[in-house]
Order: sequence, then C-alpha cells, then structure tokens
Amino acid sequence: MNLHFIWETFLALLTGVPVTLKLATVSVVAGMILALFLAVLRLSRFRLARWAVAAYVFAFRGSPMLVQIFLIYYGLGQFRSTLQALHLWYWFRDPYFCVLLALSLNTAAYGCEIIRGGLQSVSAQQVEAGRACGMSGLLLFRRITLPIAVRNVVPIYGNEIILMVKATSLASTVTIMEITGIAAKLIAETYRAFEVFAAAGAIYLLINFVLMRLIAFVERALSPHLRRSTRPVETIGALAATH
Amino acid sequence: MTGTPAVSLRDIRKKFGHFEVLKGVSFDAREGDVISILGSSGSGKSTMLRCINMLEAPTSGVVSINGEAIAMKTRYGVSCPANPRQIDRIRSEVATVFQSFNLWSHMTILQNIIEAPVYVQKRPKGECIAEAEALLEKVGVVDKRGAYPSELSGGQQQRVAIARALAQKPKVLLFDEPTSALDPELVGEVLTVMRGLANEGRTMLVVTHEMGFAREVSDRILFLHKGQIEVDGRPDEIFTKGVNAHFDQFTSRVH
Repeated sequence: MNLHFIWETFLALLTGVPVTLKLATVSVVAGMILALFLAVLRLSRFRLARWAVAAYVFAFRGSPMLVQIFLIYYGLGQFRSTLQALHLWYWFRDPYFCVLLALSLNTAAYGCEIIRGGLQSVSAQQVEAGRACGMSGLLLFRRITLPIAVRNVVPIYGNEIILMVKATSLASTVTIMEITGIAAKLIAETYRAFEVFAAAGAIYLLINFVLMRLIAFVERALSPHLRRSTRPVETIGALAATH
Repeated sequence: MTGTPAVSLRDIRKKFGHFEVLKGVSFDAREGDVISILGSSGSGKSTMLRCINMLEAPTSGVVSINGEAIAMKTRYGVSCPANPRQIDRIRSEVATVFQSFNLWSHMTILQNIIEAPVYVQKRPKGECIAEAEALLEKVGVVDKRGAYPSELSGGQQQRVAIARALAQKPKVLLFDEPTSALDPELVGEVLTVMRGLANEGRTMLVVTHEMGFAREVSDRILFLHKGQIEVDGRPDEIFTKGVNAHFDQFTSRVH
C-alpha cells in the first residue's frame, strides 16, 4: 500500500466529481418531476392512465438499470436511420444523454411509487376539511394534499436520491468519465485495483455523507409541527414521575 | 316568518349500498336558527348534516342554501353534484366544524385560520390576519397563534377549528359532534364558545349528544330515528314525556 499513490489517485478521481454530481442532480430533478406527474396519473380516475403508469413502473423497477442503459445506448443504435429521420439521432448517439435518460426514467418509476404512497397517506380528514371550506382540484392539491404528502415522503425519497448517486457509477459502462469511469481507466494503467477503488468508494461516501445531512436538514425544516411537539417530553416526565 | 330559509332540505334520501340511512328528511332552517340534531348512533344525523354541504351527496332530494337549490346529476348511476363550482362557492359560505377538528397539521394555528379566506375567498392577507387574531382572541387561544395543532389540547384545537370556520364569514355553521372526541373536562370550554355564537344570532346546525346544550341553547331540536325526523320542535315543547316514544327512550338513556 502506498499512501502517496492513494492520495494522487484521490485527486485524480476528484476531477470526475462534477460529472457524477451533474448526472445525479439532473436525473433526480427530472425524475422527481416525472414521478409527481406519474403518481397523480396513477391515482387518477382514468383507468387507462392508471394501467399505463403501472406498466411503466413494473418495467423500470423490474429490470436492471444497467440493462436499461444498454438498451437505450446500444439498443437504440440499431434504429439509427429511423432516429435520424426523426431528428433524434443527435441525442441518442450521445452516451451522456442516454445515461441521463435511463437514470431519470428509472428513478421516476421508484419516485412514482414513493409519491403515490405519500399522497395516499394524507389523512382523509384533512382533505375533507379542505373540501368543506370550498377547495377542490388543483387548489386543494397544492395547498393541502401535496404539502402534507411531501412531509411524509422526504425521508424515503432521500433514500432514493442516495441510491441514484451510487447508480451514476453505471455511466462508466458507456464511456462516461465520471468517478468510476476514471477509476477504471487508472486501474487499466496501474493494475492497482484496491487503492483506486478504495479511493473511489471514499469519494462516494463523502458525497453521500453531505447529502444525508442535507436531507436531514430538509426533513427538520419541513416538520416543525412534529419537532416542536411537547408530547415526547411529557412522556419522559411522566415516566420519570412513576419511577 | 319572512325570507327564504338559510338551509332547506326536501325529501332527502341517502343510501349506502342497499342500506338506506336517510329515508326522506325535510326541514327548513331560518336565518338565526340554532338547531340541535339528536339521535342515537346510526340514526343518520351526521349523514344529514353532511348532505347539507355535499360532503355526502344525497341519493335523491333537494338541498337549498339561501334559496339556491344545489344542482345534482347522475353519473354511472350515482347521484352527485352537477356543478363543482357551485359546490365550492356554497361550501365557502357554509362552514363545518368536525368531530376530530381536522386542523391542517402542517400549518400554524394562524395559517389554518387564514387559509380559506386568503386562498378560497381571495381576500387581502393583511385584513385576514387581523381578523384571524380577533377570532383567536374570541375563542381564547390567541397566545397559540404561532403553534402547530399537535401542540394544542383537544379543546384548544376545537376552538381553533371554530375560529377557522368563522373566518370564512359563513352564513351557516355546521357542527358535526363537536365535543364527542374531547375529554370530559374539555367539553365545557368548547360549549361556552358555541353558546356565545348562538347568542350572536348565528345560524347553527349542531349534531350533538350534549343534552344540556340542546335544551338550553337551541331554538329547535330535530330528533332522528332510523333515518327519519321523528320529532321537530322547541325544547320546551318536546322535553315532556309522551311526545314520541323513541325520543323518550333516547332521552332516558342519554341522561
């Protein structure tokens, strides 16, 4: 083991961090918007839309993300002439775009199920209170249902975001030089897999550490109604009093 | 008496599956009436109240608010309001206080109160806040304006819910068993607020088990039995034995 080599490797891998972060950010944001849209359709009264979303979720949750990336990047290459005719080839020949598409579509499927659960867990009574004062449709969704659902969902969605950061490493399989891509290149040059992958792992760990703090912060900021509750304190007081 | 009734129900029926909860109820509430609705559980009293603002859509019959009949239609064989806009407008004029308060957990007390005035009635926020504070003062929880519902006792939450209903400047107030979810020692504070409102001459329809309140505060009592209004009269007329056998049975059990 050579500490100097590990440090050099670490610095070299850091140049891949912006690509990793860009992949993660764009796909998480795009996926989240799509997920919200899908979740609303999933809960709508249009049977066809419900079925379509269920099929989408089944396909993207049920198959490996690596296969999805290969299907889009390599698989669609087979239909080059069609894509050229549709003026889409410019996009689909770009591995960066293909990976972003696969990551976004994949996280949207998971996100859809998370948001659906969040929306369904909003108590019927609070929604009814909204209806009873004259709210309906988008206003009711925007002011009551969604804000309550978001608060229910943050910890679980945080988990999905962390998974997505790690999933960006799959981009290395289609020539993208993010952290894992650079690591693979360094190993090919040096044959020192342990040091290189250890350094790469450490960088993912650091990114996710910051991310977890950020998610915890958002969770805290959004739930003052739970944090400031005096009940747990009273419970402890009551327990202390009985002993 | 003069004027159109504030609330009018004509031959309202409501079926859940094959079970008919309301078997044709009719009554008029005039402006300023305080009406208590009594009945044992399953008698249909809450369902009747919920039909007034279409939280339950009646299977048949006509509900009118201030003389305006609510338009109904049938979709897939189920009766429902024909015009969602009309329902939203009527609900903003007919405020409801629920058994389990139903305050919005993610909003502070003040936000709960200004929500409908600002976002449904589109009134200026500053004006709504000033009114909200006055209402909180009135129900005695002004010191909790920045707190969240989970930090309040049941009695305080229900008083906030009443303030929230009043903030809509409603023409009619509906109370659906407002004290049934409260600990006995908290019932009094809520009833006191409701008494105050009754004395202001507000139009109130109250589904309740509080016989004292029904007797002393209301102008009129409706007694439901198995989906029908069996007794309809002033408290001093009906609290004498022999008016109605079911009502006698009910009052002897409740007391």
